[in-house]
Amino acid sequence: MASKKFNNVYIKDNVSIVGPLESEGLLKNYDLLMDDYYYGEKTFEQAEIKMQRQVVNNLLQHNKLTDSKIDLLIGGDLINQISISSYNASLFRIPYLGTYSACATYIEELIIGATFITAKLAKNVVAVTSSHNLNAERQFRYPVEYGAIKKHTTTFTTTGAVATLLTNEPSHIKIESATIGKALDMGVKDANNMGAVMAPAAAEVLNTHLIEMKRNINYYDLILTGDLGKVGKDIFLDMLNKVYNINLKKYMDAGCEIYTTNQETYAGASGPVALPLVLFERVLSCKKYKKILVIATGSLQSVQLANQKLGIPGIAHAISLEVM
Amino acid sequence: MNKDEYQKLVKKHEPREDKLHNTIYAFLIGGTVGFIVEGIIVLLMNIYNINRVTASTWTCLIVIFVSSLFTALGFFDNWMTKAKAGLLLPTTGFAHSVSSSALDYKKEGLITGLGANFFKLAGSVILYGILSAFILAIVKVIISG
Repeated sequence: MASKKFNNVYIKDNVSIVGPLESEGLLKNYDLLMDDYYYGEKTFEQAEIKMQRQVVNNLLQHNKLTDSKIDLLIGGDLINQISISSYNASLFRIPYLGTYSACATYIEELIIGATFITAKLAKNVVAVTSSHNLNAERQFRYPVEYGAIKKHTTTFTTTGAVATLLTNEPSHIKIESATIGKALDMGVKDANNMGAVMAPAAAEVLNTHLIEMKRNINYYDLILTGDLGKVGKDIFLDMLNKVYNINLKKYMDAGCEIYTTNQETYAGASGPVALPLVLFERVLSCKKYKKILVIATGSLQSVQLANQKLGIPGIAHAISLEVM
Repeated sequence: MNKDEYQKLVKKHEPREDKLHNTIYAFLIGGTVGFIVEGIIVLLMNIYNINRVTASTWTCLIVIFVSSLFTALGFFDNWMTKAKAGLLLPTTGFAHSVSSSALDYKKEGLITGLGANFFKLAGSVILYGILSAFILAIVKVIISG
């Protein structure tokens, strides 16, 4: 069984920070804003570490918690050997686990955290993730000063960081269950079309979740996918219809909800932080949806293997939230 | 759904790049750059009373200097994103690729950062440029002796 039910796992609080382009986009309720991409540091990498530090610090302060009250810090990002999260973790005295599922990292963190809490091995867990547009460009594409020309299928890495506090004390958002996805290579070799890489994994995990949890698609008030973007979203809906015979109506893709159409972001937003930003600042804050299935999607490529022309595996993890 | 069927599904949803529009656009921008550069050559020939070959060499240096300077000042990458192949292909693009790599890696040290990555983008151009010049030179010798 890929699906797991959780007991007494709640999302207590969340802190977000975003870059300058995001703050001019569609959503306006972010907790912290950055004026520029350096955030007072010398390099973009150091700026991203500071972003993570800031959101974790603010989260602890908001909830009047010290390092010793947190049983587990789970971190993940896109940069070499998840170095941003690990360097950030060294600034706290909290037991740390690093995770990587590309843009599905955040939901992987929630699944791990929820498992620890369900098993009564932890009471308070902090999940932190971040992405920085210019770091991701340097990591996966060209030097940033180069201003390389992009295809229409390319997504734009979101600059931001999110820290979330999971606890066993009841709050108004419950993590009810999750389905862990299988890595799926459908032969897409184009690292500039991550929507196409991830869409089949998202469709598969949704179908698996519905079958294993014996639920109908109408059980949920909203299905929120991670960062499929404009192209991936269409492929996802088409595939659900043709392969799994699911007609999805109450649907939103986080990749299409961050930037306005005038901001030149090609097929939309991506990055591990895109999904939690939309989840907290748009979906949960409007209090319209009671039962939400969140499907995070990740394109698991490396520059070396993409250059070796291998098909890129996609991954998707689903988590079911209940708002009380 | 197998991989071939999936490829067809992806193709159906991929937005098409407007190749004709891109070609005309690059032609006009590239042509404008060429027009300005030709102007500089003529200007140098008349002012300093030098021949066309010498004037072209100096113009090439000016173009390299100006585009590197614009990269360093931080706006050439925005120009290139908009102008596309029109600015990418001429000497401007080559100079920009070298200076943008240098700028991007300078904080990782002079040897391990800037030095090691200086020709990150331009290396292939240099290698295959020299190689094709070498082959063409041999061809020329064989044909015209």
